[in-house]
Amino acid sequence: MRLDEIREIARIEADREDGYRHRINVCVAAGCLSCQSASVKDAFEKEIAKRGLENWCRVKGVGCLGLCSGGPLVAIEPAGILYHTVSVSDVSDVLEALDDGPLDRLVCSGETPFFKRQKKIVLENCGRIDPERLEDYIAAGGYQALHTALTLMTPEEITREIEKSGLRGRGGAGFPTGLKWSTVAKADNETKFVICNADEGDPGAFMDRSVLESDPHRVLEGMALAARAVGANHGFIYVRAEYPLAVKRLKKAIAQAEHAGFLGNNIFHTPFRFDINVRLGAGAFVCGEETALIASIEGQLGRPRPRPPYPAEAGLWGYPTLINNVETLANIVPIIREGSQWFAGIGTEKSKGTKVFALAGRVNNTGLIEVPMGTSLREIVFEIGGGIKEGKQFKAAQTGGPSGGCIPEHSLDLPMDYESLAQVGSIMGSGGMIVMDETSCMVDVARYFMEFCRSESCGKCVPCRVGTTQIHELLGKITNGTGTAGDLTKLEELCDLVKHTSLCGLGQTAPNPVMSTLRHFREEYRAHIEDRFCPAGVCRMGRGKEGE
Amino acid sequence: MTIPAYPTFPRGDSELGKPVGILTLKIDDRDVSARRGETILEVARENDIFIPTLCYLEGLSSLGACRLCLVEIKGVTKLLPACVTPVRQDMEVVTDSERLRRYRRMILELIFSERNHVCSVCVSNGHCELQTLAQKLGMTHVRFDYLYPRLAIDASHERFSIDHNRCVLCMRCVRVCDEIEGAHTWDIMHRGISARVITDLNQPWGESETCTGCSKCVQVCPTGALSEKGKSVAEMVKHKEFLPYLQIMRRNER
Repeated sequence: MRLDEIREIARIEADREDGYRHRINVCVAAGCLSCQSASVKDAFEKEIAKRGLENWCRVKGVGCLGLCSGGPLVAIEPAGILYHTVSVSDVSDVLEALDDGPLDRLVCSGETPFFKRQKKIVLENCGRIDPERLEDYIAAGGYQALHTALTLMTPEEITREIEKSGLRGRGGAGFPTGLKWSTVAKADNETKFVICNADEGDPGAFMDRSVLESDPHRVLEGMALAARAVGANHGFIYVRAEYPLAVKRLKKAIAQAEHAGFLGNNIFHTPFRFDINVRLGAGAFVCGEETALIASIEGQLGRPRPRPPYPAEAGLWGYPTLINNVETLANIVPIIREGSQWFAGIGTEKSKGTKVFALAGRVNNTGLIEVPMGTSLREIVFEIGGGIKEGKQFKAAQTGGPSGGCIPEHSLDLPMDYESLAQVGSIMGSGGMIVMDETSCMVDVARYFMEFCRSESCGKCVPCRVGTTQIHELLGKITNGTGTAGDLTKLEELCDLVKHTSLCGLGQTAPNPVMSTLRHFREEYRAHIEDRFCPAGVCRMGRGKEGE
Repeated sequence: MTIPAYPTFPRGDSELGKPVGILTLKIDDRDVSARRGETILEVARENDIFIPTLCYLEGLSSLGACRLCLVEIKGVTKLLPACVTPVRQDMEVVTDSERLRRYRRMILELIFSERNHVCSVCVSNGHCELQTLAQKLGMTHVRFDYLYPRLAIDASHERFSIDHNRCVLCMRCVRVCDEIEGAHTWDIMHRGISARVITDLNQPWGESETCTGCSKCVQVCPTGALSEKGKSVAEMVKHKEFLPYLQIMRRNER
């Protein structure tokens, strides 16, 4: 395909869209699908056909609109109206109200902070394009960045753009993406691989799933750009099998891109060739760790191995391999399109760009949000999140999933960036954020996350395998009222051991939820041990071991 | 897509055959020299510097799993396993510090708390690497609750038996069977605390179609998990001297 052909497709698409007076976008990402948005979409189509409005209105299934707690969501363009909790019985009312202004009982105001305070880069197409149509992605400017990069830029220039943008890995650790790319680019080998890590496993986190379900081509284009920059010709997307819709849309997108010539041989009539294969995870959280992920793709036991050598030197089948997270790759296209300076102008000094968070827990607005790096926790919880449910008191926010920690109330003004989060004992992680109020027991929260790490530990190294089990046992004792004063010391010693001696990131970060709650909520632990009392009223004390 | 041929994974001996580069470094304030590509553990052993190991065994690939050989390296914030970390010029390694000793003792405590390691009734009593390590590193008692799952004993093999309650999951049996004997009878199933070694596809050892009965796994097992039948308490003495010789002979064949 050539550039003018892409532009022609984009023009035809835009004309077609402009031909409709009303465009109805129904969210068909997993969150809204689970509250029957598919039948709402069908109902719209039937009702429009019944009323003979086909030439005036069109209905389209789109990706995530963000406010998942209000699903099924329906957006009306070009009026810019968003309706929440639309059911099949509301369909005719919504159609009636198309010309006379919004239907008050279902409308969400677009002026609320939930929408106003967000800045969408990764999610720019989510909720706007039909994820199953390549033409929609092209109409939104898709694959033009790849054309620019292949025809006007050298691989070194692409890498330099990413370096200058200051983009850091969105998978958790925040390693500078440009540095990773240049390391792989420098590796002297004819065969190299690019892997997209879509094994999102943190409880409550669904950023990557939404990107894959709502805008799969963006990830493919990002991978192709990465492959061009580092000199790879083969790519793998390692996606967990628990995301069937994402897998389906990815496979469809790959087939479309191959058919259109955006993947395969001689892309854009240049010598560059690149193909992408999808590999499914089998339900192991640890396979999100890069060396375990590589072992899993190779068909071996999904267990990490010591680094160095890093995958950039010896990765998949021993070849230099670039592994990036979905959200990182989704940032590549806008950086190439708008330039590194634009990207570097967003965010804080050391953390550039935006971050997608899966906002969950005891806030009024739960869902997917994207905010510039450095946005304070207070803004996220009280403005975007709409405050705590039922007017209760904020207690803590847990970021980074089982590898992260709890941020207490006195740190509400903490800017969300890699360094600040690390300072309070948490991590950015992949972007899960669980807000808790006074009804949450912090010891129980720590026990929950340790239970997760214990059951997801691969069992290769001793500190993680036995250490997480022993920490979980101790927390179990404390939460059922049989803990002793010595248990706190043991807990701290074990956390220190597991953090510093485990083989991979899973073990090294597993104690974070315990350590951060011990640091900020020590009095709760004391109350459990000394007074046999759970301040939040969550733990049923005095059950003893038999009650378990 | 065609998958390229499998290159050999870099191991400790990957630089053999290349021009020999001699490096100098410091281990515990002692000046030592090493060949490029050697690991910290290899160099330390050549110089009679003790670093405790459990999963490591000369002649097998290194796992870095038991974490007993962790050492401090000046300028590196993380502790690194000596068995897989290659030496570098001017590296300064500390193999023994209060912190390392504390960690090593705790790791042993964890192993002893994980499964039943009561020495007095064990076939390997007095000849057990775990027992020796505990004595040497001064691990005198276990502060954590004993987990002691009740695991089965597989005595279906004609000459050997496996007691999972004594297994420390070092994977030596898995590696020796795969890398030296070439049978790959042993593997691992489940994960985390539930992980255990299995023969074939979790069939009884005696029914294994791949097991050659070579007894290499029994000889390299550091504890009393794998033993010869007919041995009573403290009678099981293991002989793993064959491994380095087998390795040398292999290299010469190549």
